[in-house]
Amino acid sequence: MTILVIAEHDNKVVAPATLNTVAAAAKIGGDIHVLVAGQNVDAVAEAAAKIAGVAKVRVADNGAYAHQLPENVAPLVAELGAGYSHILAAATSNGKNILPRVAAALDVDQISEIISVESADTFKRPIYAGNAIATVQSNASVKVITVRATGFDPVAAEGGSAAVEAVAAAHDAGTSSFVGEELAKSDRPELTAAKIVVSGGRGMQNGDNFKHLYALADKLGAAVGASRAAVDAGFVPNDMQVGQTGKIVAPQLYIAVGISGAIQHLAGMKDSKVIVAINKDEEAPIFQVADYGLVADLFEAVPALQQAL
Amino acid sequence: MKVLVAIKRVVDYNVKVRVKADNSGVDLANVKMSMNPFCEIAVEEAVRLKEKGVATEIVVVAIGPSTAQEQLRTALALGADRAILVESAEDLTSLAVAKLLKAVVDKEQPQLVILGKQAIDSDNNQTGQMLAALSGYGQGTFASKVEISGDTVAVTREVDGGAQTVSLKLPAIVTTDLRLNEPRYASLPNIMKAKKKPLEVLTPEALGVSTASTNTTVKVEAPAARSAGIKVKSVAELVEKLKNEAKVL
Repeated sequence: MTILVIAEHDNKVVAPATLNTVAAAAKIGGDIHVLVAGQNVDAVAEAAAKIAGVAKVRVADNGAYAHQLPENVAPLVAELGAGYSHILAAATSNGKNILPRVAAALDVDQISEIISVESADTFKRPIYAGNAIATVQSNASVKVITVRATGFDPVAAEGGSAAVEAVAAAHDAGTSSFVGEELAKSDRPELTAAKIVVSGGRGMQNGDNFKHLYALADKLGAAVGASRAAVDAGFVPNDMQVGQTGKIVAPQLYIAVGISGAIQHLAGMKDSKVIVAINKDEEAPIFQVADYGLVADLFEAVPALQQAL
Repeated sequence: MKVLVAIKRVVDYNVKVRVKADNSGVDLANVKMSMNPFCEIAVEEAVRLKEKGVATEIVVVAIGPSTAQEQLRTALALGADRAILVESAEDLTSLAVAKLLKAVVDKEQPQLVILGKQAIDSDNNQTGQMLAALSGYGQGTFASKVEISGDTVAVTREVDGGAQTVSLKLPAIVTTDLRLNEPRYASLPNIMKAKKKPLEVLTPEALGVSTASTNTTVKVEAPAARSAGIKVKSVAELVEKLKNEAKVL
């Protein structure tokens, strides 16, 4: 068995989710190869070669792969991946965008967002917004799988010494082109990788009030998230959304402030080690999953909490 | 321009589902079913394209049991022109659905196909991408903005770090994210009118598509329950517990 892991990167650095994906591959067992597809990705390939447990890094350096357009990357992965037992990618927006296209090209069903490896062909994944866990078995010749990063502890980013090999295959479908991107700037830790997450909901009342959460987060070295209500109300940008349709997080500590705790929000954070809820409504469903609940006005409790730390 | 919209009948998003005692699946008997929320957004986008004069006809398609006709009628009441049901009693995988949709696309030749980004039951987030692969079309997934000009469509996508815009040649596949639009409600007169709109029923056999799967669901379990928490009385007590009991600070 040889497993192909698609590296998640921005042409400069390897994203942390790649380390969790390699960890899932290690649980399956067998040799692990990492594919780095992009443009001017020498630094990414070098970093990928150092990841613990990786046997080989295959590099497809081509302008057609610069922005990870699925029309171009998926045929590459399908062509290379046909000889592997498993193809794994992180369940990030790139992984979710590209991998089903690979699976269809290989004429196999895909398994999305696995949270555990039971055996080489059997995996667990959440369904119904995390309200049920399905055990799925695949008899496909190539098993195509996306990995929920929070389900696996990352492997070490250093310590490996894999061989790096260039891949000649170039695919340019010509059906799509990159126009531009607007990335939100933040100095705080990345939401999905943070050890502590402080999230605000509709109870924050406006975007300006998020400054209380930012101040608390900076004291804790935490990332700041939000519920869909806060995003839809325009308080914060949508890449901060935690939930079924946003980001899935599982930090050591999740502090939910002014969040009622709808099913869709819980789907994104209920695997956090410790959950704290601060809400003035003591009937709010968030208290049913919170390890520590504080019924209080957040505009008093959050500054007080910041003071007390 | 003809627009094809795929919709799915799923358990209503407000329902807290229960796992069956024999772990064979989720208990859906007597549970409220609705159109998948992302599919509502897809229908709304198609209707808006028609209102702008970009789309000329909206065909809505569902794949599922005969009861999915209810959701097709809802889409017709929202502004779709006609409906197709590919009837299948089985629980189909995303790949099987994508293959069936490909057969419908071949038949209907739409310029744009709009789907939701994921169904809230299986949470797969696969079908749109798979349909794009099978048809060889470009894909604009997780769309928060769709603009058609001439023979291309510019799709602004929600990605992990923010937003990204891609340009796709038509025909193309678009999957909707939550912020693409705010779906409208069907009015009573439109619900009445929708009953008279055409609804064609097909079968996978008639479309010549095999729905065989490489995946088997072995069992479905309830997630591990969290142990009950406690309510603290003050911020000071909270900090003390986090430091000394939970040891996360």
